[in-house]
Amino acid sequence: MNGAQMLLAAPEFWVLSMACVIMLVDLFLPEERRGLIHMLAILTLIFAGIITLRGDYLVGGIQSATAFNGSFIRDSMGDVLKLFSFVTLGLIFTYSKFYLRNFNMFRSDFYTLTLFGLLGVMLLISANSLVMIYLGLELISLSVYALVAFNRESSLGSEAAMKYFVLGSMASGMLLYGMSMIYGATGSLGLSEIAVAISNQGSDDVLLIFGLVFVVVGIAFKFGVVPFHMWIPDVYEGAPLAVTLFISSLPKLAAFAMAFRFLQSGLGDLHVHWQGMLQIMALLSIMLGNLAAIMQTNIKRMLAYSTISHMGFVMMGLLPGSAFGYGASMYYVIVYALMSTAAFGMVIMLSARGIEAQHLDDFKGLNQRNPFYAAIMGIVMFSMAGVPPMVGFFAKWMVIKAAIDAGLLWLAIAAVIFSVIGAFYYLRLIKYMYFDEPEHETVVTVPVDFGAALSLNGMMILGLGIFSSSLISICMNSFAGL
Amino acid sequence: MNGNMNTFLLSILIWLPILGSVAVMLVGAQRPGMAKGLALVISAATFVLGLPLFFSFDTSTAAMQFVEQRPWIEIFNIQYYLGVDGFSSPLILLTLFFGVLVVISSWRSIDKNVNQYMAAFLAMEGLMIGVFCALDGLLFYVFFEAMLIPMFLIIGIWGGPRRVYATIKFFLYTFLGSVFMLIGLIYLYIESGSWNILVWHDLLLGYTAQKWLFLGFLAAFAVKIPMFPVHTWLPDAHVEAPTGGSVILAAIMLKIGGYGFIRFSLPITPDASAALDWLVIGLSLIAIVYIGFVALAQQDMKKLIAYSSIAHMGFVTLGLFIAFGIYRNTGSVSGAALGVEGAMVQMISHGFISGALFLTVGVLYDRVHSRMIKDYGGVANTMPWFAFFAVLFLMANSGLPGTSGFVGEFMVILASFQANFWFAFLAGLTLILGAAYSLWLVKRVIFGAVANREVQNLQDINAREAFVLGTLAVAILALGLWPQPLVDMLHASVDHLLHHIVQSKVI
Repeated sequence: MNGAQMLLAAPEFWVLSMACVIMLVDLFLPEERRGLIHMLAILTLIFAGIITLRGDYLVGGIQSATAFNGSFIRDSMGDVLKLFSFVTLGLIFTYSKFYLRNFNMFRSDFYTLTLFGLLGVMLLISANSLVMIYLGLELISLSVYALVAFNRESSLGSEAAMKYFVLGSMASGMLLYGMSMIYGATGSLGLSEIAVAISNQGSDDVLLIFGLVFVVVGIAFKFGVVPFHMWIPDVYEGAPLAVTLFISSLPKLAAFAMAFRFLQSGLGDLHVHWQGMLQIMALLSIMLGNLAAIMQTNIKRMLAYSTISHMGFVMMGLLPGSAFGYGASMYYVIVYALMSTAAFGMVIMLSARGIEAQHLDDFKGLNQRNPFYAAIMGIVMFSMAGVPPMVGFFAKWMVIKAAIDAGLLWLAIAAVIFSVIGAFYYLRLIKYMYFDEPEHETVVTVPVDFGAALSLNGMMILGLGIFSSSLISICMNSFAGL
Repeated sequence: MNGNMNTFLLSILIWLPILGSVAVMLVGAQRPGMAKGLALVISAATFVLGLPLFFSFDTSTAAMQFVEQRPWIEIFNIQYYLGVDGFSSPLILLTLFFGVLVVISSWRSIDKNVNQYMAAFLAMEGLMIGVFCALDGLLFYVFFEAMLIPMFLIIGIWGGPRRVYATIKFFLYTFLGSVFMLIGLIYLYIESGSWNILVWHDLLLGYTAQKWLFLGFLAAFAVKIPMFPVHTWLPDAHVEAPTGGSVILAAIMLKIGGYGFIRFSLPITPDASAALDWLVIGLSLIAIVYIGFVALAQQDMKKLIAYSSIAHMGFVTLGLFIAFGIYRNTGSVSGAALGVEGAMVQMISHGFISGALFLTVGVLYDRVHSRMIKDYGGVANTMPWFAFFAVLFLMANSGLPGTSGFVGEFMVILASFQANFWFAFLAGLTLILGAAYSLWLVKRVIFGAVANREVQNLQDINAREAFVLGTLAVAILALGLWPQPLVDMLHASVDHLLHHIVQSKVI
């Protein structure tokens, strides 16, 4: 192990040490000065971004490099996903501070646990061996289990945490089981070695296929696609909003990376086998997510089902197993993270002191109470529905093209029909904001940093749509070597 | 006009209203007067800037003019590619014209969130111009869909009692139609490696592929124009929309469906269009005859005009698709040109007439707050000037010679004789039906004895309303008496289109 290799993981080391520093600083910090923790966390993200950019994988032409005996990989896909994790987490911290203060939960454990979750996300993004994948995954899961139950008084939160813990452990177990079979079939833990072994010995090994099935289950659980979606609505609803924000965005970025590394880098030769499973899950997710969301009156549950359908679209991008498809999928998942953060940020904004905005009715007449934020929520909703010029549209047409590339025209047609059905519940929210009279005249007030972050978030969703070229190119170029 | 200005002209026409709408929005709801003034200045400036589309338009060529081409999403060869020909230029001028009129006509009738109302109209104007200019498939789709957002909000916020139902129906109908087109566009991109619509015009495709593409385009444009049986969103949307929304919907948005047939269906999938022309012609004739009867039965003035719009749009689709039959019968494209030109003239003329009719109803609605025919009667006694305009517009709607309504219908009926006598016969029925529902409306609303106190107390139109209706009356008469400038604009492009569609594009 030499220094240059350690340097590859510099952003991870930085986040790890800062998480520990924050934990220590908190011990000596009087309660009224806890705002400092927030500043430290934001600084952590900014510097993590700078360190990542210094690596030159994005523009410098370096394809990829590995460290720790090949179990850690640094490449431009990973760097892009990490950078967007930092951006998203920065937004999440800003929204959460307001929420946690309002709900008397402003404690530094939130920041420590989230930063450890971020570390897990980063490790999973860069994982190139079975062990590293499992390590990253568990680091995310353990942080999130604790975070879901962060509000100790809430019985709903404890129930959700318990449910998530049981189901999550089962999924981890399945994944581990699948990994052990793959290890048994190929005799190695590194994804690159596994790929070599499979191409040497052929892909007709029953043990290998069995392993693949269990691995796909693990990935699907992380994405939350049908039929492994049961936990999503309950956990979204039970967790405090600040935590829902985190669960709904960052782990999805990591899940995409995990799917790519596992299915393409490791098990690329089994494409025909996993494509069949993924296409069914994609279709079911898009169908069930959109249909079930129509029935919801609780905003968190509605967004949960909307997540399920979006993850179905992300899976569609994986189907052709081509550079275009992965690029489309990655673009979609990044865009989704931004949209979902903005949507939950808006819900936080509407949560009055001590009471979470739970019901769609809370959006009634928002246009009259605050036209600016109503416009931002409008942009987010149209983007989720896939209406141009919002960025969500560009993500959608690309994954639809990916499905057509894979020869699955029927899936593309089904997906667009269900996205029209899905447009209904996004429109319904806009109806509440614009067409209905407000139920009460409470003025919507938010701190300056919160407002700035939300505006930035909304502008990104519109701006990345109109000027979509750069982000699309970055995503596509990440897979140029494929 | 120097060449440099011409390169950016279309961009200015698109972005000036869109950026202007942001400015109007920022004025805030507390200063409605300023919002209205700013909106008027922006739309008038856009109109003036757009005049070169008429005066500097080269009528001798079918090539794209005022072209602007730059990369947008380079990695997929998607371009920001704008240009106009004889089909799009008149439609853009129509849009610019109504952009100004709508602002003026809504001056008094809107009192809630005036800044947002004006901003929505400006944004919609820019987006609709974008639809007509876009020569890149994805750019076209972006404008085509984005246009729904302001209209959705206009109907939903400022509409009538059933506005939520009407606007969600409007949105989902059009959205569902256009996603099938999106799949078609993606397929064309996969086949050609380009999003350039003009490249697609020369693309050779298999017959089956053409047929599916044709159906995809049909789904989008039939809903938009709208054709029977996917027309049901239109009466609802019209009835619930505020006057300005109805005007834009009828005058411009429906034309986008007809424009889409001209830009996509006919030249890209000519063989499928020829093979399936019976479908479109059949539906058009049903629209003309059946919807004409439906219009006769309406109690609500806006609904009556909405159904009359559907019947008139039937002429547009009929005129476009009889071209194939005429070519089969006569072997020459000059006969077919009459039908296509007639369809285009009908689109422009219907834009003026339907816009004028909705504004006329709006004038009454502002005073009485009812659209029901039974609430009126003898309006001519208290509003003589208004009655003059209303009768003129309704006469034009029934196709009176001398008004623009006559020209397009006459050209299409004349052309359909060359395709099939029965097409012409059925289409000709509209002259009776149109006259019946229009004149009966005149009788019930305008003439007769004063029906009630409300009518007794009506004030005649003021100078602002007289300006709006007068301008439209001039336009309708001008186009009816001297359609030559419009036909000249069309001619080269129609010829070019017909030469495109009579050659097979099957691989």
